[in-house]
Amino acid sequence: MMDGAAAARFPEASARALGDENLQAALRLLGEGFQARRTDAVERFAGFEDARDAAVAAKTRTLRNLDRHLETFEARCREHGGVVHWAETPADARQIVLELLTDRGVRALSKGKTMVAEEIGLNGFLEANGIEVIETDLGEYIIQLAEEAPSHIIVPAIHKTMPQVADLFRQHHDQAKAGSFPRRTPADLVAEARAVLRRRFLEADAGLTGANFLVAETGSSVIVTNEGNGDLTQTLPQLHIVLATIEKVVPTLADGAAILRVLARSATGQDMSAYTTVSTGPRRPSDVDGPAEYHVVLLDNGRSRLLGTPAEEVLRCIRCGACMNHCPVYGAVGGHAYGWVYPGPIGAALTPALLGVGAARHLPNASSLCGRCEEVCPMRIPLPKIFRYWREQEHAARLNSERMRLGLALWGWFAARPRLYRLATGVAMRVLSRLAGRSRRFRSLVLASGWTRSRDLPAPAGRTFLNSWKRRS
Amino acid sequence: MSVSGSESGRGRVGLFVTCLADLFRPSVAWASVQLLEQAGFEVAVPDRQTCCGQPAYNAGDLPTARRVARGILDAFEPFDYVVAPSGSCAGMLRLHLGRLFVSEQETAARAEHLARRTHELTEFLVDVASWTGVAAEFPHRVTYHDSCSSLREMAVRDQPRALMAQVQGLELVELGDRDVCCGFGGTFCVKYPDISTKMVSDKTAAIAATGAETVLAGDLGCLLNIAGRLAREGRPVACRHVAEVLAGTTGTDPIVPVGP
Repeated sequence: MMDGAAAARFPEASARALGDENLQAALRLLGEGFQARRTDAVERFAGFEDARDAAVAAKTRTLRNLDRHLETFEARCREHGGVVHWAETPADARQIVLELLTDRGVRALSKGKTMVAEEIGLNGFLEANGIEVIETDLGEYIIQLAEEAPSHIIVPAIHKTMPQVADLFRQHHDQAKAGSFPRRTPADLVAEARAVLRRRFLEADAGLTGANFLVAETGSSVIVTNEGNGDLTQTLPQLHIVLATIEKVVPTLADGAAILRVLARSATGQDMSAYTTVSTGPRRPSDVDGPAEYHVVLLDNGRSRLLGTPAEEVLRCIRCGACMNHCPVYGAVGGHAYGWVYPGPIGAALTPALLGVGAARHLPNASSLCGRCEEVCPMRIPLPKIFRYWREQEHAARLNSERMRLGLALWGWFAARPRLYRLATGVAMRVLSRLAGRSRRFRSLVLASGWTRSRDLPAPAGRTFLNSWKRRS
Repeated sequence: MSVSGSESGRGRVGLFVTCLADLFRPSVAWASVQLLEQAGFEVAVPDRQTCCGQPAYNAGDLPTARRVARGILDAFEPFDYVVAPSGSCAGMLRLHLGRLFVSEQETAARAEHLARRTHELTEFLVDVASWTGVAAEFPHRVTYHDSCSSLREMAVRDQPRALMAQVQGLELVELGDRDVCCGFGGTFCVKYPDISTKMVSDKTAAIAATGAETVLAGDLGCLLNIAGRLAREGRPVACRHVAEVLAGTTGTDPIVPVGP
């Protein structure tokens, strides 16, 4: 698991990220890649805004009766021969997965992409218990080789440049066999990873996937991928485990379809992802393939506590990543600086709920509230509003800095007393204006170093407008 | 309270000066008064105004934001319209003030009443006043920075452009990535200065790429940030509030004088 305390070190981590040339080169692709592709996809689809509304309505309806839909899901899943396990905490979920594996003598587990596994620190836990974990999503595979955490929820290795990936493959792949891969283009690297991973799928005794959503009326789990790795992960081994959080359930297949209409468009700019796979229970006698056992582990980890709070709208998230693709802060520092599983705007809105407002206090603060995330969020999650909510919690719990509190109190005292404010600002602006001299700017200013370290501070004119206006009239 | 202007009967506007225009750049407020009067409105400047309260509101300090907001509600009660030369402050008054008083019905109603009357300057001139009387000249190549709150909270994008198109000699070159934040963000820029610097540096690079001599915007927060970074980088681009250009009051220095 990523270290929760790392979220508290956001300022240091973001400074490092800004100085990391490889990372900066990798992040530059966000703009020309994901942003442009989403814009194209939205322009191609005239019904996009209506589709957004429909998806929001579907998820809102779900959350209003989440408990009922979860119970329906469990009942239908059981009818189809599946087993549902309820996990309140990450530790519960890890233990359930471990027991499912050890009871069946599983030694190697193949894995499709799942952020929830990151959230509960599953890989490290299983490996410590003697189970080999094989990541099959290309991005996840790359960062597994690099022994790093994902830095993006749909492009986990976005922080890696192509030469870095080529180096990793050179180090880790069997030299004798991999010698035939030229590693000159991204396509070369994909071909190499595919060749290596194909063998590994067959070595796994069990497969674990996440779920883009769960369908209550049919008891199904649905995954959306572009590589087809998820399908191999869930159909080849005898045991398929789905790991999902409780808010992933939707009442009906039609609700799921509403989400599909906006998901890939918002994420990668595709109309649909290459593969959309619905799994309902284990293999039936008439099926040509599929697992003998189908288990769904449903994790809460603090989400039910969010219901009924101003932050509950984060539970509408469908993990498309559009918010981080369009966030100028994410674009500047990448995902690792956020210090936990979910980076970018959605991470800044969700992490305080999962780690606590204190540990995660930087994340909702490190936003200019520009609102670009909310603008592109297919589920219309009011992210800036939620950042403010966490800031309010932080302030009310006195977790922000004493200097900040004092500054606000002092400013507020004057701002609520116009006459004194006028007097004080009148004097201050006159002094500042004189100090600035003929250059009309400050290159450095005590108490404003955060500003003047990298930019000049324009000098105030001298007399304030309101004082001049009073004279005129 | 002091009142100026014609009595043409188009209505009374209370000018919300904004703290940055009041303290740093009064010429923006003078230009705003002039434009509103040219458009036929009677302009008043309530002297009990200070700030919209965003520094406290966005820092999560709701009690302080509430104290400041009550002053605004009192000061701007008697006007047909409340106009601010800033999308950010206008956004605060229109969209956020009410949130502060959810548990005080009467005050919430006053906030709602204020919200309905509040406009950003260019939006007011174009959408409410339908004013096409810009009588200014500015024979320069300019680019325009959309502030995030103008763009996303106030739906201000076409209005400043419609007004700039009436300025003699003005040539507008649009910015690349023009919907991306400049990195100001109120206290964000001093709380996370490294990230803010990266954002404003991207913005100044985009500005330089247009070849514009002047960058205009409708929000002084962005402008101080952009002007400060341009000056530090030694880029010879002037910064002005769009109101100054529309009012033709560009005899004053730009926000930071260009040159050595």
